[in-house]
Amino acid sequence: MTRSATAGVAREPAAGRRPRAVRRRAGAALEPWLYLAPALTVLMVVLLVPLGFGIAYSLRHFTAFGSRYVGLDQYRRMLSDPILGQALLNTLWWTGASVVLQFGFGLGLALLLNHNFAGRRLVQAVVFLPWAVPSFLAGLTWAWLFNPVIGPIPHWLTAIGLQKTPTDILAEPGIALWGPIIANVWFGIPFFAITLLAALKAIPAELYEAAAVDGAGVVQRFARLTLPFLAPTIAITVMLRTIWIATFADLIFVMTGGGPAGATETVATYVYVTAFSTLDKGYASAVSVLLLALLILYAVGLIRMRRRLLAMA
Amino acid sequence: MVVGRSSASRALGTAMLYAAVLGYVVFALFPLFWTLKISVTPTRLLYGHGIPLWPAITTLGNYVKVLAESDFPHYFLNSVIVSVSTGLVVTAIASSAGYALSRFRFRGKGAVAFALLLTQTFPLVMVIPPIYRIFGALHLTDSLRGLIVIYTAFNIPFATFLMQSFFDGVPRDLEEAAMVDGCTRLQALRRVVLPLTLPGMGATIGFVFTAAWSELLFALMLINDDSAKTFAVGLLDFIGKFAVDWGEMMAASVLGLVPACLFFALLQRYLVAGLTAGAVKG
Repeated sequence: MTRSATAGVAREPAAGRRPRAVRRRAGAALEPWLYLAPALTVLMVVLLVPLGFGIAYSLRHFTAFGSRYVGLDQYRRMLSDPILGQALLNTLWWTGASVVLQFGFGLGLALLLNHNFAGRRLVQAVVFLPWAVPSFLAGLTWAWLFNPVIGPIPHWLTAIGLQKTPTDILAEPGIALWGPIIANVWFGIPFFAITLLAALKAIPAELYEAAAVDGAGVVQRFARLTLPFLAPTIAITVMLRTIWIATFADLIFVMTGGGPAGATETVATYVYVTAFSTLDKGYASAVSVLLLALLILYAVGLIRMRRRLLAMA
Repeated sequence: MVVGRSSASRALGTAMLYAAVLGYVVFALFPLFWTLKISVTPTRLLYGHGIPLWPAITTLGNYVKVLAESDFPHYFLNSVIVSVSTGLVVTAIASSAGYALSRFRFRGKGAVAFALLLTQTFPLVMVIPPIYRIFGALHLTDSLRGLIVIYTAFNIPFATFLMQSFFDGVPRDLEEAAMVDGCTRLQALRRVVLPLTLPGMGATIGFVFTAAWSELLFALMLINDDSAKTFAVGLLDFIGKFAVDWGEMMAASVLGLVPACLFFALLQRYLVAGLTAGAVKG
């Protein structure tokens, strides 16, 4: 019903003298664009134009005195950049581990909150709170927890025998990346919990009752009923979240700055640090173009895979 | 027999449920609790006293120092100016765009929605080098105005989807009835639709405020001058300069959490709408 109503609004009635009707129709066609104009203008000027500049920068070499065109030199330089190689590998670890853990714990939390228990509303407010914490504060807070001077975690690790003396895991190249990953999991659980809980609430209760009558156990109900219903939400949130985390630099920048010795450098922090600290804007732009290309590849691959799965089904 | 076993397993299930809930609550709160704890611990008790859950003596001295002797009140004010202005500007622009997407059918609508979604997945670090140069040329570095401009652009797409969902929630019949009664479209918008979307606009302002309050990387790059530093930049500089004054640093952090938590409490009702509109914003 609302559909046909829209059509009525969008299409001007044919009554009236012809030129006026035409003018009114042209006006009606322009109207939505007038409402969109401020938003589109700002995005164009502040994001799209700089994006174009960024791609152009990737072909130029910048020094303190100016820049010159170097063609694809900086792309060639990437091939033999060991830090970039490490950063690519770290980006995979950082993104993969963060998404899997955020999703797993987020789904668990959503399933818990879908039960009725005493104090559920208060619990919900408390466990969603990390979402509201500014990301740089989340990073600092966790960096402090890992700090042997004021944080408890190194002392706990020593107490259970995992460390000989309390030390900062953020300073140990082999495991440092787990610090930001844990902070990211803490920060990101609410996102998945909130979106998945909303999807869970949309599953009709009668279906569960019918399944229970048919004698389906908890596990069966979850696998045959809950998961298929959640699948669309899971697919879209995981895909978007993966892209978001792959480019999310705040936590790592605040907690380790990419160190020690590049052990926690991801492509996103590498772009930021290169542009910001070393002021090598040309190379930073080239690396960011690589990041964009990888993200597009990921998205295209995912869409293809989805199509193939749909074709198989 | 069968009944006994199932009630026992139900009791076990309930116990496990509560244990899991408790685990999540502790995990969510502990980092914030620890920051609060250090912020009220006197400095002399920080070293060599192990890691007690609560200090033997507490003090508000760190808060007094941060509020009375440091530049933080000034940084807070800058952050409030930037976040409130960004919230208002974005909500005005996004309301207009969201209204267009909600109420009109037109050629290119799908393309616009797709482009907006695309900007949401776009790695913002990409525009860091060009923005730095362009803003420098336009004298928008070291100024709050520059931050407002860039934050406005970042938040428009997500706020537009959010406002679109709020407009979608207002039945079209209402404004059509007003238009049948002789209102123009704009009058119907002003008298019927806008009053009903005011709570949604409030929520959008809140989401954008929180996002602007949390932004660090662009602020760090664009602001060097002390007078224009936001809270995020001020705190990071503080760490660089006074690396060992833990108590003060944590007191400042706790104060920085206050506005975020306030908005969180107000926004609880809209979290689902907010997260699905900006699925990538986190």
